[in-house]
Amino acid sequence: MPDAKRPTPARPGAAGRSKELPEHLKAYKGVWVFVELERGQVHPVSWELIGEGRKLADTLGVEVGAVVLGPPAGRVGAVAAEAAHYGADVAYVIESPVLADYRTVPFTEALTDLVNTFKPEILLLGATTLGRDLAGSVATTLATGLTADCTALAIDLETRSMASTRPTFGGSLLCTIHTLNFRPQMATVRPRVMEMPAPDPARQIRVVAHHLDMAEDDIVTKVLDFIPDSDQDKARLAFADVVVAGGLGLGGPENFALVKDLASVLGAEYGGSRPLVQKGWITADRQIGQTGKTIRPKLYIAAGISGAVQHRVGTEGADVIVAINTDAKAPIFEFATYAIVGDALTILPALTEAFARRLGAQRAVAAE
Amino acid sequence: MHIVVCIKQVPDSAQIRIHPVTNTIMRQGVPTIINPFDLFALEEALALRDRFGGTVTVITMGPPMADAALRKALSFGADRAILLTDRLFAGSDTLATSYVLSSAIARIGQETPVDMVFTGKQTIDGDTAQVGPGIAVRLGLNQLTYVERIVELDPSLRRIVVHRRAEGGVQVLETRLPCLITMLEGTNHIRFAGMDDMFRAARAEIATWGAAEAGVDEPGRCGLRGSPTVVKKVFAPTPRTEKATPIETSGKSPQEIADAAIDVIFAAKPSLRSEMAGRRQAG
Ligand SMILES: Cc1cc2nc3c(=O)[nH]c(=O)nc-3n(C[C@H](O)[C@H](O)[C@H](O)COP(=O)(O)OP(=O)(O)OC[C@H]3O[C@@H](n4cnc5c(N)ncnc54)[C@H](O)[C@@H]3O)c2cc1C
Ligand SMILES: Nc1ncnc2c1ncn2[C@@H]1O[C@H](COP(=O)(O)O)[C@@H](O)[C@H]1O
Repeated sequence: MPDAKRPTPARPGAAGRSKELPEHLKAYKGVWVFVELERGQVHPVSWELIGEGRKLADTLGVEVGAVVLGPPAGRVGAVAAEAAHYGADVAYVIESPVLADYRTVPFTEALTDLVNTFKPEILLLGATTLGRDLAGSVATTLATGLTADCTALAIDLETRSMASTRPTFGGSLLCTIHTLNFRPQMATVRPRVMEMPAPDPARQIRVVAHHLDMAEDDIVTKVLDFIPDSDQDKARLAFADVVVAGGLGLGGPENFALVKDLASVLGAEYGGSRPLVQKGWITADRQIGQTGKTIRPKLYIAAGISGAVQHRVGTEGADVIVAINTDAKAPIFEFATYAIVGDALTILPALTEAFARRLGAQRAVAAE
Repeated sequence: MHIVVCIKQVPDSAQIRIHPVTNTIMRQGVPTIINPFDLFALEEALALRDRFGGTVTVITMGPPMADAALRKALSFGADRAILLTDRLFAGSDTLATSYVLSSAIARIGQETPVDMVFTGKQTIDGDTAQVGPGIAVRLGLNQLTYVERIVELDPSLRRIVVHRRAEGGVQVLETRLPCLITMLEGTNHIRFAGMDDMFRAARAEIATWGAAEAGVDEPGRCGLRGSPTVVKKVFAPTPRTEKATPIETSGKSPQEIADAAIDVIFAAKPSLRSEMAGRRQAG
């Protein structure tokens, strides 16, 4: 078992939950973000996390480190420089041919080696398929705590530990999780949960180049091919300016057309709550919420959705939320901007008609 | 082929209710099910066994009542089931859970070597997707997460090719057995339980392993003690300070409500009016 390679972590014994950090862990300093660079592209969640990491680092009075891994003569240098624009102070980079495509083993080896060498106290990754694959592997290798899919991160200065908040089972509760006696403290965050920071092109990066002692022959798993998605539709919901969504309150799949009709008049994307996916009314890539897409539109119209916490955390970033629900006590009215207590089945078509009329008039004015 | 499938018993989320006054989860009386994501892993494993022969062993770590989930798995056609249950395991986070599961799999492998381990993509209660990668690292298995399809499998050459869901596309990965696969949802349909299997499942002796039988050599690495993460607080989200502004509906027609809603939307976000009109024109 690869256990032998593992550094011996502090075991939380009798005094395991004490406030004082074990001596050998006090050396861990700095907030790191793993920058997801795949096929030359940086996943935007990495920049969102650098923005969030900046806030944590400022509270702690430490630096923000960006980890950039990739093949030689690729985009590693350019990406490291760009990381500074979003708030990183230093980039830890490894260029190696084995890091050309994402694979668990070389990326785990590279990231754990950097962590063991430079000792960050916090390590953040995007909760993407890549980030989750890597985070689970790295946390186990380092034998440290990992909190998945956080919706808020903060620092508890008394224990100098990160407070990671995520929804918990049941639909209406959140919990805050700490990793007290282990370093680094790891967390993943889904795309679009944290705000994209405004880039500052004047900021400069300090680059620390590291070497990975691994050759292609050491790696069993090979990437034979990459088949890009033809349907670019998938990504659009997360980035749409206007989103219309429906929930179980619509009563039946045939009524979901009311949501689509309004979305089409608004040039908006449509989506729904998780039960609609489970019932097959909509496809999984249209699910909005913690286990679906996180959205940050200017306008979000939610019809017949109760507003459970898993739905809330995926939509709270919207500028304006209009909720239509027959129940004046529905939880969604606790975070909506405008409340329409009424029947979605009559109000949705009325909105579609009124928007069409008024936007049509607007278009006529614009055309004159 | 010897395949181990990890399943978890979870409360049926569709039937969970929140206490209206205390705002806590009411677990009493909530029926339990096999974690829905794990059924895709189980079906994939059963299909491979049907094709290549061999054995499917299902394991779960949980309270004694989790044997119901294992019995269900047997009724779908799994060959053997082991319940990992011990007071020491209580309160395990993902690191501690993967320690117990991998210890047990190592123990199972001492009798008959394990070629593949399957887990679901994630659980609906823990919802972390970490336990699978944790097991792979601990057992040194080649890790294949978010697998959509097994394209090729040659047990004699010990070679496997899969489609793995990645951001913006599908990775075609080739690796060797033994490997760990976390199966993506929607990839197959769990079979109907046959009569024979249902009878067999009802009568089956389910092996129950405590820490010692599961090969857990360091009790300090499982349960609450072996969990680096600590839940410090559980709370209800705070209502926004400003309450939602009501749009008057009583005595109004749907058209009047719609017009009033559009007025406030455009007042709050004036730019939307021209952006929407522009998008309609473009689209
Ligand atoms: C681990 C986990 C992850 C989850 N992830 C997600 C997620 O990502 N996204 C998500 O959405 N959910 C998620 N859920 C589920 C979530 O907890 C809720 O169960 C779900 O959001 C409820 O969906 P709903 O609002 O459509 O249905 P309900 O809760 O049944 O609400 C229906 C609402 O419609 C109203 N209504 C009824 N009739 C009408 C009418 N004619 N007009 C207007 N309103 C009407 C009712 O008053 C009610 O408020 C998750 C749950 C778990 C346990
Ligand atoms: N207690 C458990 N017993 C058996 N398998 C588990 C257990 N917890 C998690 N798993 C497996 O690990 C997968 C990922 O779980 P999670 O990391 O909790 O999202 C699940 O789909 C299961 O296959």
